[in-house]
Amino acid sequence: MAAPRMTGLQRQVIHLYRRILRHTRTRSSDERDTIMTHARKEFERYRNVDKKNYQLIEHLLRKGDKQLSLISQSDVSGIRIVH
Amino acid sequence: MNALRRRTLQALPCLTARIFTTSAQLEAAAPAAVASKAALNKEFQVYRWDPDNGGKPTYKSYNVDINSCGPMMLDVLFKIKDEQDPTLAFRRSCREGICGSCAMNINGTNCLACLTKVERSPDTKTKVAPLPHMFVVKDLVVDMSNFYAQYKSINPFLQKKDTSSGKEYYQSREDRNKLDGLYECILCACCSTSCPSYWWNEDKYLGPAVLLQAYRWIVDSRDDFTKERIAQLDDAYKLYRCHTIMNCAKVCPKGLNPGKAIAKIKQSVHSGHAV
Repeated sequence: MAAPRMTGLQRQVIHLYRRILRHTRTRSSDERDTIMTHARKEFERYRNVDKKNYQLIEHLLRKGDKQLSLISQSDVSGIRIVH
Repeated sequence: MNALRRRTLQALPCLTARIFTTSAQLEAAAPAAVASKAALNKEFQVYRWDPDNGGKPTYKSYNVDINSCGPMMLDVLFKIKDEQDPTLAFRRSCREGICGSCAMNINGTNCLACLTKVERSPDTKTKVAPLPHMFVVKDLVVDMSNFYAQYKSINPFLQKKDTSSGKEYYQSREDRNKLDGLYECILCACCSTSCPSYWWNEDKYLGPAVLLQAYRWIVDSRDDFTKERIAQLDDAYKLYRCHTIMNCAKVCPKGLNPGKAIAKIKQSVHSGHAV
């Protein structure tokens, strides 16, 4: 079965998720868990965003990009969200 | 010793009490002085967008009595945030034009809100928007990461080939004077975001603010990497996207002239040494 055809924006979202997954491979299992829980939660939170809401999706992509580069710094060990 | 301790303990409460009365008196005095003026309501249209609400960006109108408010646009924004809409987001810090945080677009011109006077006419509306062509994070807050990354790329610090002397580096008065009109830049990004060339090539063109800073390190007599700095900038995009539109000099809240600095870099690239 052929893979579903994706728009450029969808591809970028998947690409961000895969980059996060790939990054967590370099981490210890504890760190991987905290990072992936956070990432999964953020992705799920916006699962139902209207696919035509480009402005929001692009904003979230930039936000994700920024958080990933922050986490990728070697001296960062994980994330904790304090509300 | 005990007597001394007792005395300090007695002295402390009355000291704090006095501090409290002074600030209370101040607060009581300020509204009384303002209340003598009749209310002057003016409409402010402020750009609002909150990614968490999922809505589209809009201009929201606020009526503010500018006679019971400070004279600057930043005071108006604070008054809106304090009294009408606490969800309004904007960056600010020093309120005196030295930090560059409150850069925004007011009535179509990039400026620092803390240095821009409110137009006193109640008939005209004042429009407040984030810096143009920047990604908005929320309301008037824009994403500056690209701007800062570009700033980082020019190595904005003193580079020496030999640091073994362990002494400070002297500079003649003439050499120091060359930095005037460059070192004052506060990196508010007003100039870069007013430049059409930067709008269209944000990713590749460094923009006036960063180039001004680059020139600041090129002409610094103490820096040993002048040649490398010049070579790094010799690029069709990084430097030569400047078409001397000169919006940068027009909007700079510190009265600097990035366009001139860019022209000097171009001369330096041409001659191979700092001009």
